[in-house]
Amino acid sequence: MAAISTPSKVGISFDHVEKRFGSLVALRGVSLEIQPGEFVALLGPNGAGKTTLLRLAAQLMIPTSGQINLTSGISTRAAKHCIAMVGHSTLLYDELKASENLSFFAQLYGLDEVQSRVESALEACGLSTRAGSLVRTFSRGMRQRLSIARALLHGPRLLLLDEPAAGLDHQGLAWFGATLARLRGDDCTIIMSTHARNESLDFATRAVSLAAGRIEKDTGPGGDPRALLAALRAEA
Amino acid sequence: MSTARAAAILLAKELRLEFRSRELLITTIVFALLVIVLFSFAFNPTAEESRRYGPGLLWIAFLFAGSLMVNPSFAREQSNSTLDALRMAPMPAFAIFLGKMLANFVFLAVSEVVLVPAFSVFYNVSLFGIVGRLILVLFLGTLGLVVVGTVFSAISAHARMRELLLPVLVLLLLAPLLIAAVEATASLFTEQPALDRTWVSFLTGFDVVFLTASWLLCDYLLEE
Repeated sequence: MAAISTPSKVGISFDHVEKRFGSLVALRGVSLEIQPGEFVALLGPNGAGKTTLLRLAAQLMIPTSGQINLTSGISTRAAKHCIAMVGHSTLLYDELKASENLSFFAQLYGLDEVQSRVESALEACGLSTRAGSLVRTFSRGMRQRLSIARALLHGPRLLLLDEPAAGLDHQGLAWFGATLARLRGDDCTIIMSTHARNESLDFATRAVSLAAGRIEKDTGPGGDPRALLAALRAEA
Repeated sequence: MSTARAAAILLAKELRLEFRSRELLITTIVFALLVIVLFSFAFNPTAEESRRYGPGLLWIAFLFAGSLMVNPSFAREQSNSTLDALRMAPMPAFAIFLGKMLANFVFLAVSEVVLVPAFSVFYNVSLFGIVGRLILVLFLGTLGLVVVGTVFSAISAHARMRELLLPVLVLLLLAPLLIAAVEATASLFTEQPALDRTWVSFLTGFDVVFLTASWLLCDYLLEE
């Protein structure tokens, strides 16, 4: 089987994207172009459409109208190799051990040296001593760290984070911040949704605010997101 | 990632999950055994009646066992949205179905290994000389049952009352398979056992049609 070549940088564009769930309109004509290597903070209240936008980017949904393209022009098959998502749910099997969860997904992504990758990932997220424990015995914060480790296993170039800091304790947040800093340095494109202020937003290079399925504010590529983030801080 | 390789990885995961707890397998086998035993006590059939009604009873027990077994296939992927993780992985959508179909086939086959000898004892039906042909009928019937059951498990996974909805949908669609499997099995329980090739061909056709349909429609079945 021929190896899939993935680009080192991936951007994503949304062109007049609309998403309806029956009579409910979650996104209304959203157009947004995210450059490779950007770290976009996706802001907005509950129900603004942040999760829908991320799920569309992850190819878990098809837009009702409009188009979503990866700007590197890679195929759908290759796209799956370079996208990862951390969602509200952990995307982990409670009845599998931590190491088994990571091994399973590493195998599905066709990664080599599964054992050493899994050990490194567990070491990095501080769960190596619990590698043999069932995930259902983990605290919320530990599950979230393992969930982030799972998402990063295959070295994604487009990372979609939906409230990723939920449940992380002080130590977990520090690890998560360091991980984001490393990914930023590695030119990974990151879109992170949040409706609450957290330290990881300090790495954002752009802020996009959604309200009622529309883009309300966008600091744009190269713009200064601090004003929008400060507003979020003030709200909090 | 090829479909076969991905399905094998998924199969290994499903088997590991089930054999770690064995909840589904044990519960289903006990339930189907009770059906066989209770019918035996309720009707106390003669050897002739067993040959006549036994195949129907046996396949109804398999059907009950199957509809219980396939129900959690996709439902258990809902709790932590693990189906999203599977859909994001670089593999064909059919691999997800194939892995789950194979796992359900293994679970139901294990049940049948227990249920068929129990049926033979309780209904005084000799399996001597027909084991090979009976395995062929069981293979084809079980395959059809798990293919349809797994597909409808995916369809009903998001539904409320899915535990009730799934058997209703599956039992309706499996009626032709049930008739064919019963008739093929009945042809083996006669005094001069001779496998009815018409019903075996029907079972094979049923399996091919539904397996092909699930392959063609798998992307739509997993879509939100």
